Amino acid sequence: MRFFVRRIIFYLITLWAAITINFFIPRVMPGDPVQAAIAAAGGSISPDAIPALEALFGLDPDASLWSQYVDYLGLLLHGDLGVSFSYTGFAVTDVIKDALPWTIGLVGIATIISFVIGTLIGSGIGWRRGTWADSLLPISTFFSAVPYFWLALLSIAIFSVGLGWFPASGSYDRNMAPNWSWEFVGSVIYYGALPALTIVISSIAGWILGMRNMMVTVSSEDYVTVAQAKGLSERKVLFGYAARNAILPQISSFALSLGFIVGGTLVMEIVFSYQGIGFMLFNAVNAKDYPLMQGCFLVITLAVLLANILADFVYGVLDPRTRQEG
Amino acid sequence: MTAVDNTVINDTVDLATDATAPDQGRRKFLFMRNAKAVTGLVILGFFTLIAIIGPYIAPYDPNARSKDILQPPSMAHLFGTTHVGQDIFSQIVVGTRGVMVVGFVAGIVATTIGVLIGVTAGFIGGWGDESLSALSNVFLVIPQLPLIIIIAGQLPSAGGLTVALVIAATGWAWGARVLRAQTLSLRRRDFVEAARANGEKTWRIITAEILPNLTAIIAAGFVGTVGFAVLSQITLSFIGITSVSDWNWGTVLFWAQQQLALQRGAWWWFVPAGLCIALLGMALTLINFGIDEFVNPRLRSTGLNARSLRKRKIRPRIGFTPVVYEAKEDRG
Repeated sequence: MRFFVRRIIFYLITLWAAITINFFIPRVMPGDPVQAAIAAAGGSISPDAIPALEALFGLDPDASLWSQYVDYLGLLLHGDLGVSFSYTGFAVTDVIKDALPWTIGLVGIATIISFVIGTLIGSGIGWRRGTWADSLLPISTFFSAVPYFWLALLSIAIFSVGLGWFPASGSYDRNMAPNWSWEFVGSVIYYGALPALTIVISSIAGWILGMRNMMVTVSSEDYVTVAQAKGLSERKVLFGYAARNAILPQISSFALSLGFIVGGTLVMEIVFSYQGIGFMLFNAVNAKDYPLMQGCFLVITLAVLLANILADFVYGVLDPRTRQEG
Repeated sequence: MTAVDNTVINDTVDLATDATAPDQGRRKFLFMRNAKAVTGLVILGFFTLIAIIGPYIAPYDPNARSKDILQPPSMAHLFGTTHVGQDIFSQIVVGTRGVMVVGFVAGIVATTIGVLIGVTAGFIGGWGDESLSALSNVFLVIPQLPLIIIIAGQLPSAGGLTVALVIAATGWAWGARVLRAQTLSLRRRDFVEAARANGEKTWRIITAEILPNLTAIIAAGFVGTVGFAVLSQITLSFIGITSVSDWNWGTVLFWAQQQLALQRGAWWWFVPAGLCIALLGMALTLINFGIDEFVNPRLRSTGLNARSLRKRKIRPRIGFTPVVYEAKEDRG
């Protein structure tokens, strides 16, 4: 029990640190959000409106940093992330709420596919160590050295521009209105296929390598030798003894990668102009939309934190050894 | 690919047998005799050389426009030209410096922070350890790339050094965590206890007894951070967050993307830069493999391929350990 309490305290501290960093970054940076908002509005805001803007964005120069900080925490507790500059009139929470399902849907499915296939291939290679299967390793090393966005660019060049199989950007056919019809869902899948494919290709190497190395380690354990000596079938030894133990670290890194679904695929969304949260953050940085920027960063951090908590607890439940204090 | 891999494996086999021979003089250069590490170091050295002499050997000014618009590779323009006739080969050669400087500066700064915090935390223990590890765990959990993008995006015209420092400030935590764990285990070893019993000063125990035993981990951490920094910086340049007037490989790709090189079929605009990144990334990975094998000899025999195993009449299967294999070797 002490293990879980310690972890919870740690996550509370991290949450507080993330919120505090989020609060201070725009305030210590040289850029001025209010001036940026005026510039973004293209001179349609009169100088008289500046104090009103400052009050609105919580950047009142008269208020002390401490009172601003307390106000900010109070707003967060009410789930209020302020009003976006670039999506005029929209609350940041609404903008994020629109973007989040796209990211979670596309990258979530791609991550699960990549994890399942990668782990299966990895256990196969680890099992047949020292055969042709090992030649997959240098290939996967190459793919992990290539930057993701370059792979995405190449696949756009080949599959959208060259062969014309998939659209190069966007998340659905713009002539359709979002609804739950088969036609629209089909369009979403069609537009999502290429981004999903690039994610799978670039991330599968990690799963293969991780599982393969764990299989190699686990297969020299005594219980595997004993299982083999008992005359159990190869299948049973592979799945019931070796893979079952080798998959432990894989599961914890899978839980961790769930957090990166939200943040790590930022580049994918930028390259494909996919309307997820990473693309939102990118637009916010370019438009100097500080409230939206803070909101996106907070949501991404929260996602990573949640994934970490999940990983810890899953691991704690699956492997009793981790619960013992060192 | 296969050909390269075979030579690597064959050399590792030699190493494994050589390592059992009690030849001290050869042992010293074991790391340099590791084919993976040497390949990686040669590639890294090549790019470092280009980074130093690049601006002097580039055939054209990377910004100079010419009448050769969007030309495919030729003898005059090795990697072809851009939409305004700039020479892409020169852009990449000149841009190498930006990539390497950011990689090394970020690597050195992040490793220094990591060593300071990790070794201190591991050595002092108690509350200092608790708070320092909490600090590095916080930095581990906070998503790096979004944070880097936000910080770099708000610094006006962020240049290479700024980017390197931002990357270092967010990327030191992993090294610190690994070093702390290793220091913890070293702290209780006999030779450290002996030094303490001899009345050595704390800083001397750390610098003369602990640090030399951490060299491999520090080196691996440094190499990893350089790779991470290079990728981050190129990504930042590619999405146009940092200054687009400083040449690096990411900037080349940024302009290729902006000017629709893909749609125009100008493959020479983005393929060379990508291959350079991949080559540099592979070099760093190879060096790290080399360090790993140098530190952990057990890994050396795991890469044996089918043919060399068959030659030794060994059928690879589960429950067959590399250690058993080594023992057999020794008897034969």
